[in-house]
Amino acid sequence: MGQPESSNTQTGVRRRLVIDPITRLEGHGKIDIFLSEDGEVERAYLQIPELRGFEKFAQGRPAEDMPQITSRICGVCPTAHHMASTKTLDAVWGVEPTSAARKIRELVYSAFMMEDHALHFYFLGAPDFVVGPEAPATERNVLGVIAKVGVEVGRKVIGIRRQLRELVALAGGKAGHPVLGLPGGVAKRLSAEDRELARKVAAEAVEFGKFTLKVFADVVLNNSGYLDMIRSETYTHRTYYMGMVDAQNRVNLYDGAIRVVTPEGKEYAKFAPKDYLKYIAEHVEPWTYVKFCYLKPVGWRGFVDGADSGIYSVAPLARLNVADGMATPEAQAAYEEYVTRLGGKPVHHTLANHWARVIELLYAAERLRELAEDEEITSDRVRRLPLGVPTEGIGAVEAPRGTLIHHYATDERGVVKKANLIVATQGNAARIAMSVEKAAKGMIRGGAVDEGILNKVEMAFRAYDPCMGCASHALPGSMPLVVRLMDRAGNTKGMLRRGENGSISKEF
Amino acid sequence: MGEGKPKVAFYWCAACGGCEEAVVDLAEKILDVIQIVDIAFWPVALDFKRKDVEELADGQLAVAFVNGAIRTSEQAEMARLLRRKSKVVIAFGACAQMGGIPSLANLWDRESIFRAVYQECPSVVNEQHTTPQTQYKEDGRTVTLPVFWNTVRTLSQVIDVDYSVPGCPPTPKLLLDAVETLLSGKLPPKGSVLAPDHALCQECPRRETRPEKLLLKEFKRPHEIVADQETCLLAQGLLCLGPATRAGCGARCIEGNMPCTGCFGPTSRVRDFGAKALSAIASLADSNEEAEIGAILAKIVDPVGTMYRYSLAASPIRRRRKGGE
Repeated sequence: MGQPESSNTQTGVRRRLVIDPITRLEGHGKIDIFLSEDGEVERAYLQIPELRGFEKFAQGRPAEDMPQITSRICGVCPTAHHMASTKTLDAVWGVEPTSAARKIRELVYSAFMMEDHALHFYFLGAPDFVVGPEAPATERNVLGVIAKVGVEVGRKVIGIRRQLRELVALAGGKAGHPVLGLPGGVAKRLSAEDRELARKVAAEAVEFGKFTLKVFADVVLNNSGYLDMIRSETYTHRTYYMGMVDAQNRVNLYDGAIRVVTPEGKEYAKFAPKDYLKYIAEHVEPWTYVKFCYLKPVGWRGFVDGADSGIYSVAPLARLNVADGMATPEAQAAYEEYVTRLGGKPVHHTLANHWARVIELLYAAERLRELAEDEEITSDRVRRLPLGVPTEGIGAVEAPRGTLIHHYATDERGVVKKANLIVATQGNAARIAMSVEKAAKGMIRGGAVDEGILNKVEMAFRAYDPCMGCASHALPGSMPLVVRLMDRAGNTKGMLRRGENGSISKEF
Repeated sequence: MGEGKPKVAFYWCAACGGCEEAVVDLAEKILDVIQIVDIAFWPVALDFKRKDVEELADGQLAVAFVNGAIRTSEQAEMARLLRRKSKVVIAFGACAQMGGIPSLANLWDRESIFRAVYQECPSVVNEQHTTPQTQYKEDGRTVTLPVFWNTVRTLSQVIDVDYSVPGCPPTPKLLLDAVETLLSGKLPPKGSVLAPDHALCQECPRRETRPEKLLLKEFKRPHEIVADQETCLLAQGLLCLGPATRAGCGARCIEGNMPCTGCFGPTSRVRDFGAKALSAIASLADSNEEAEIGAILAKIVDPVGTMYRYSLAASPIRRRRKGGE
């Protein structure tokens, strides 16, 4: 087990490889790889086999319910949708949230962002590095991570996530699908005791953030093989990048202007979220349900990178590329080391997303601490009334997986007539598709396919946070996979299965 | 993997992933759970696959917790497979139990959803009128996508279901209780919802502030007022569905100072949640004049989407009949 059997190197006919989690789960991707007669990759399609149509069934709903309705797009990052939607309501009703409410929202958002990043790093990202990309698949998961680093660390991860989610629930009723957002503020005041709890959790969170950065340094940065892999061309694309920044062009997850830099790292645009339609367009392909975002003024040129292609990237790597730095001291120090060790900006290495993510994790913890220290969060001025007449509004946040934009138009009663959603994963959809194809092309040679290739193709999309339909987050380090070899007529010629214990079986 | 321990499966269909988080939210307690059961299948977190389920003997799984609504034939296939392999199947969460928020799509049809998503959204540039195809040929290559049903269904509309655990999402406590109940061998009557069988109002932390006889001249929407954090939300005029909704959630939304939206569905005495919710709310209108009652209720701007927010697929209405416009 673990050690793949000899590769299938059949050549001489064109073939199709289908990589599909056995259970084609909502939110999961499916990959079709087509091989030429000499066994080289002609084309790889990353497909998203789901669609729910929230844009349609938002129509007719009371706008004030949208933060709770749209959070059901994703039960793993409900707070991102909830917050983008709440900010959209501010705009729809033409009201600014009170200062205290704004801080409570960002406090909740920081706690959420940190637990979400922690889940991705320890459950998804770390196994490839802590246990190893070539390790037996049976060990390459969160349990393998715990086995390597100790059960105490496991308890630490579980414990801090629980505390952070309890903090979200304190302000928002529940961590899964919170209810705090209303136009002009939040539904609930925080008490002095609530603030004490927040301070305590925040202090632990900062320590945990520093600890996580140290884990990353010990495991990844002190391993030259991993650094070479991160820097390798197979996992590199030169695209535009998008993310939100504050007035000093530092990373901000809750609010700010959307900044775009070119593949050379120059500022291409900086715009208010309300102007998103000037810059962001969506492209439709016939072979997947997901829509691909691109920069409208640059245009869609197909799945190619470079300055002439409108494809851009979002999420941690992108956010650190568009920003001039981090707004908190520990995260700023970590950012500086990141930029130096990776040879300056922009960083085009897809796997560097993992590093950028733990830097953001620390930033979120530090920001949480700043907000918990602020006495104003216990103010009773958590709502601003009266509201204006509802019309149309646009709101954005940085979700864990990138820039997230909601846009609603309502009638004069505040009932939604039209809704448009630019979901974070869409911002990376085109680049992920390219990454998967490049990994496949780089590693499948002469028709050779084995378990190592399967994992390295997975690594190409896992770095982005493989949350394809904004639905799944708690994936293990290795998915059960089946690779079917088919001829052009679609007849199955053979099958490679990666089993529960990581073993590979062949059926030819 | 202890051979003697009962085997449990978790699986998801058309869902957001929130029910999976409810399992992860067991936090440290998940370590206790794996002491007493074998998780034999949980694609979202463990490395078992469909083949492993297929190789089990029929009925070898003690319990399968299935979350999510059913809207593709593949989801139906998986549901049927798990039914065959399991002694007990549990519809876990609002989507599996009642269709959930995704079943609001039943107000429309597939075509109008496609048109909205791939044509009408203002950011879409699609001059070729491209839409995703279940089978697409390019340069001699064929790729396929699953077909989506026109109608979202509940789990029990597709397979025989033994019990339900309500909630969007269910609480970790309900999940733990369900596991304990099933392992105790004292199985409740088939069809039971594994949660308290009384209305949320009965265990609401604000119940003492609800007037004996509550009548309202006007309903308020949550954004219109600053709700007091101690007083019954209905008494403040907010459309709180607590009187019609099953308890067991810990009144989490009310703890967040927002009204109940009904995600726990009805108690056992009620079949149609939306009708029950509407009658509970309508009875609060403080008038005997038909016109005035109408005016009071007109404040509810989206009756179907409000009363059937989580239960449209399970309702006798199930879906809008044609076209969706």
